[in-house]
Amino acid sequence: MAKINAALVGSGNIGTDLMFKALRSDWINPAWMVGIDASSDGLAKARERGLKTTADGVDGLLPHIAKDNIRIAFDATSAYVHAENARKLQSRGVVVIDLTPAAIGPYCVPPVNLSEHVGAREMNVNMVSCGGQATIPIVAAVSRVQKVAYAEIVATVASRSAGPGTRRNIDEFTRTTASGIEKVGGAQRGKAIIILNPAEPPLIMRDTVHCLTATEPDQQRITDSIKSMLAEVQKYVPGYVLKNGPVFDGNRVSVYLEVAGLGDYLPRFAGNLDIMTAAALRTGEMIAQEIVSGRFQPSAA
Amino acid sequence: MKLNGKKVTLHDNCLRDGMHPKRHQISTAQMVEIATALDAAGVPLMEVTHGDGLGGASVNYGFPLHTDEEYLRAVVPKLKRAKVSALLIPGIGTVDHLRLAHDCGVATLRVATHCTEADVSEQHIALSRKLGLDTVGFLMMAHMIEPEALVQQARLMESYGANCIYCTDSAGYMLPEDVTVRIAALRAALQPQTELGFHGHHNLAMGIANSLAAIEAGANRIDGSAAGLGAGAGNTPLEVFAAVCDRMGIITGVDVFKLADVAEDLVVPLMDSPIHIDRDALILGYAGVYSSFLLFAKRAAKKYGVRSADILVELGRMKTVGGQEDMIEDVAINMAGRR
Repeated sequence: MAKINAALVGSGNIGTDLMFKALRSDWINPAWMVGIDASSDGLAKARERGLKTTADGVDGLLPHIAKDNIRIAFDATSAYVHAENARKLQSRGVVVIDLTPAAIGPYCVPPVNLSEHVGAREMNVNMVSCGGQATIPIVAAVSRVQKVAYAEIVATVASRSAGPGTRRNIDEFTRTTASGIEKVGGAQRGKAIIILNPAEPPLIMRDTVHCLTATEPDQQRITDSIKSMLAEVQKYVPGYVLKNGPVFDGNRVSVYLEVAGLGDYLPRFAGNLDIMTAAALRTGEMIAQEIVSGRFQPSAA
Repeated sequence: MKLNGKKVTLHDNCLRDGMHPKRHQISTAQMVEIATALDAAGVPLMEVTHGDGLGGASVNYGFPLHTDEEYLRAVVPKLKRAKVSALLIPGIGTVDHLRLAHDCGVATLRVATHCTEADVSEQHIALSRKLGLDTVGFLMMAHMIEPEALVQQARLMESYGANCIYCTDSAGYMLPEDVTVRIAALRAALQPQTELGFHGHHNLAMGIANSLAAIEAGANRIDGSAAGLGAGAGNTPLEVFAAVCDRMGIITGVDVFKLADVAEDLVVPLMDSPIHIDRDALILGYAGVYSSFLLFAKRAAKKYGVRSADILVELGRMKTVGGQEDMIEDVAINMAGRR
């Protein structure tokens, strides 16, 4: 089967972890990695595995897009440079999957709305946030059964898995995730809380989802819906585990989750980062299948 | 201990930390009555928000009777001399809440992080300072790290613009010596004009002794609550501390008799149950667990038929930090399942 060539933009933790996952993909061929620091570990690892690399940012990639037939790019840089990266890439017909909090394109949470975006042939989709990827599927699992008036998530991550970008703008996490809970999760109102815990050995990411249903919760249907959603997420994040719940208490439905990563480049406890790279790759694979089948012909906007 | 002539700012927390034992159900009328009485007693600064700070309204921490904005707009205009502070925990509240508090007339903003995570406070401390607010960096669960590590975190907050740093004993775990070494290390390392504060919980009955140790080591702001109304076994009882300060010649500007009246006549009648060191509160202090977990553990224990003290010990073993209230039900379910 022909694979679709892709570029990984950003050679940090996320970009490098994504490369390891993409190297196993049946649909995506990671052909390029783009960095800004020639001595970065990510670029070295990419070269070892036969990827072409540049340390000149996206501009270093642009001259090669046509001849190397790059159709998809994963942007794991930062919200600040994403807009410019996206403009340059999309104007050359490359579909951009945005792992930064920039959120220029619509939010994509694969088990909830990926098929919708692929059907709409979006040229730019955004992966919300790590906490969003871990919790929005559960909110959606409840809201597809009955109306959710309010949904709130608490994401607790190991201090070592929260990078300087997240720390410098932690409000962006709470805002973006809350917005995703509403727009993709289907809650009328969303709230997100993030806690950093420095314990050693580091704790595996924990996520708690509280939904307040508008009417008395249909316990059986909600439980079934959550179980089938768990199975969907586990297809791309095997370490996505239900620890407790759903707990029903009046109109409150609470679900206690743990997210362990695969340990590709990032440690296993950093399930928060793993679920982002896994979700982004899954998104890329779906788009690649559409391109291979001819149903989607990305073009410059 | 010779503290004669030292000037100390007493900061009342009964309308913020006191929201925990009240399940955030204090009414605006009750807040105004207590706040104006504290003002009349000469208390210079008091905190008003949800117990978990601005934006704390949630399933996880409890929905309050009124919004932060309603509380602040009710209290601030009624005060003659006293100023109002607001607490903000990044990850729960955002700069939008900060701007709102500023608009409501808050004079002091306290940005609280776990003691190792000061770098999440940069955007909030910087904005607070830019808005001209008295800006405090509030390092919670400070017993969990050594003084040198605490100093590094405090330096970050100072570099973002905090003009005061707190050593916060959220678990009521510290003994006077623990306070002394931390405040002394902060005093030695931070700029001389940076103020230092101490926030105590009374879980091991050390609120007064720890606050005195803090002053001796260089702190000049001390938190307490009228009648001790606060999480766990409560905060340092402010009327008691004011009396001790008077006896020692520490200058607070607070009228002890008037403050004792506020505690006895207004705050005590408000309590859902007495604020004292019961078995669970003792465990908080003994095991070093976040004081706000107390009522959640009691409720989960009742619901799942397990011992609340056992839940709290397990939360300590897991090294949970402030804000992880969601783990309480999770732990209780696990315990019930194991039996």
